[in-house]
Amino acid sequence: MTVAPPPLLAAASLSFLRQDEPVFGPLDFELHAGQLALVEGDNGSGKTTLLRVLAGLLHVDAGELRWRGEPLRRDECAGEIVFLGHQLGLKGDLSPRENLRIAAGLHGTCEGTNPERALHDVGLAGYEDEPVRRLSAGQKKRAALARLRLVPATLWLLDEPYANLDRQGIALVNRLLEGHVAAGGAALVTSHGAVSFHGGEPRRIRMHA
Amino acid sequence: MSSWIPLWLHKLGSPPTFYRFAGKLRPWMLALAIVLGLVAMYGGLVLAPADYQQGDDYRIIFVHVPSAWMGLFIYAVMAVSAFIALVWRIKLAEVVAMESAPIGAAFTLITLTTGSLWGVRMWGTWWTWDARLTSELVLLFLYLGVIGLYHAFEDRRQGARAAAFLALIGIINVPIVHFSVNWWNTLHQGSTVRLFGPSTMSGSMIWPLLTMMVATKCYYVFSLCSRVRADLLSLESGKDWVRRIASEEHPG
Amino acid sequence: MSQATLGRACAAVLQRDLTLAWRRRGDIAMPVLYALIVTTLFPFALGPENALLQRIAGGAVLVTVLLAMLLALDGMFRSDIEDGSLEQLVLAPQPLALMLGMKILAHWLTTALPLIVIAPMLASMLQLPATAMPVLLLALALATPMLSLLGAVLVALTAGTRRSGMLLALMLLPLCVPVVIFAAGALAAAQQGLPWIAPIAWLGAALALALVLAPLACAAALRIALDA
Repeated sequence: MTVAPPPLLAAASLSFLRQDEPVFGPLDFELHAGQLALVEGDNGSGKTTLLRVLAGLLHVDAGELRWRGEPLRRDECAGEIVFLGHQLGLKGDLSPRENLRIAAGLHGTCEGTNPERALHDVGLAGYEDEPVRRLSAGQKKRAALARLRLVPATLWLLDEPYANLDRQGIALVNRLLEGHVAAGGAALVTSHGAVSFHGGEPRRIRMHA
Repeated sequence: MSSWIPLWLHKLGSPPTFYRFAGKLRPWMLALAIVLGLVAMYGGLVLAPADYQQGDDYRIIFVHVPSAWMGLFIYAVMAVSAFIALVWRIKLAEVVAMESAPIGAAFTLITLTTGSLWGVRMWGTWWTWDARLTSELVLLFLYLGVIGLYHAFEDRRQGARAAAFLALIGIINVPIVHFSVNWWNTLHQGSTVRLFGPSTMSGSMIWPLLTMMVATKCYYVFSLCSRVRADLLSLESGKDWVRRIASEEHPG
Repeated sequence: MSQATLGRACAAVLQRDLTLAWRRRGDIAMPVLYALIVTTLFPFALGPENALLQRIAGGAVLVTVLLAMLLALDGMFRSDIEDGSLEQLVLAPQPLALMLGMKILAHWLTTALPLIVIAPMLASMLQLPATAMPVLLLALALATPMLSLLGAVLVALTAGTRRSGMLLALMLLPLCVPVVIFAAGALAAAQQGLPWIAPIAWLGAALALALVLAPLACAAALRIALDA
């Protein structure tokens, strides 16, 4: 008999307060390696705040977060979590290639990939050296998605990854997610729209305002 | 037996308890401040003899010196509660630190004003770059920086934490400024009028000074209690205990 | 798979900020231009008397350089906050204090270094004797990094606010008083032919302390300012 591994990320009665008003929670969920979770909820239900708390940008007000069964410590899991927020973290004056080189310098790179290949994978071949500020909103999003493709991480925290993307772009996000989950990674994705995901039914975390 | 202290402190740290505690303490502190202040004034302005050099002009020290002490004392209180606020995230400590800052700034301003008034009589000029006055001016800027940073944030608790951090940087800075200003002063100025010469002050001058010092401390506690109470009400306006107080004081 | 090493991460951040500064070369010229304008105004305000200018030259150049640096300080993290790259830096698996140290270094290289380069010119406009010039450069070389380091901590504290220009000056003043006193003290001593090593040594000691502590304080301040 084998003991089931502890979940990659577990939240117990997690909540976050702003001016003493709860923004969300208390929230309980578990996320195992190889799982995808959709965070659903209306505008203002605290989806973005949840992701920022999980990423470690905001402190945990109440409740507990566990990482692989142990209380989460930021210095231990820093390299394993990537966060993609509304602000994409791209410098407008630099090209996508240069932006990805910085990410590679900070995080390292996955096996068998490099900035050029990552950009090719997200359909930005030919735009490698264009300054990011000249790209369209969708292309900027793709450049940010290329970072997911490039840097090694176990848990992806994606805030509205489908926003600004065309049909192919949405398919691209789904493909990236499927590849990541199949490789044993996990992802938490927020979306207020309906999402079709082909790799089996994702877990759903419902948030109430 | 040792565990009752943190528990007691912990209870006092909860906003409703502190609100009640401060409400009880407040009138006593005000009364004490007024009585002691009047006694000290009588002792300083009437009973104490005139100075053989400065005549009656020196009597401004009964306001000037206690204010200067309070300026530093309140900064120390602010820094200690800022430290507590940053390490343990206690809301009351944040409020105490932030509400101390304006009081401390006011005392520092009084120190500067009275020092300047004194300067007119002693040195014949409103302002002189005396080491102590300059340090005091820098202290005022430290206070203003803390107050300004606190109000620059939209989220008040976040502002309090940022300003608390600044207050801690400031407490490291105060001795450095004092040291450097002293050094600068000896470099540039040959003679400074020494306010307190080697001559010892007589007892009839010292007791009003000390009484005034206690009076200003009491006033500080009174003022802090009032400000913290008001702040707690607005910070916790959504909580039950605030609603209860509101309905008790304005029934219907 | 290639691991991110500390050296590579430092190089990436430094190279990024220097590249960005190079792409906006005009911004580098602004503090230099500002210092030039302020220095030009002194003789108009005080009269072109050489003896008088000579007396104030050291202090005037110092204060001008500090003000010019203050002008550029506000922008240290602004664009990084706006486009979210600061969040990415905070979340990167690298010691934040060190990464911020690299950003401060890049900021110093792009704003303070040009000012130090033109400082001899500014000083000769105000008739500073050539003998005091090495001391001026030495004092600036120690005082400007102090200012970048202290300024970075304060800029990080104001990262969560919208308006910060004037506030930053108010917060920086008490911190830079000792820096100005010792730097100007060394210059004055050199101009009078007195030994100037003591204030310079104090500045050096303070800089050594700030080099270690300021990036740590900056990281802590940034975490406070972003946490909302």
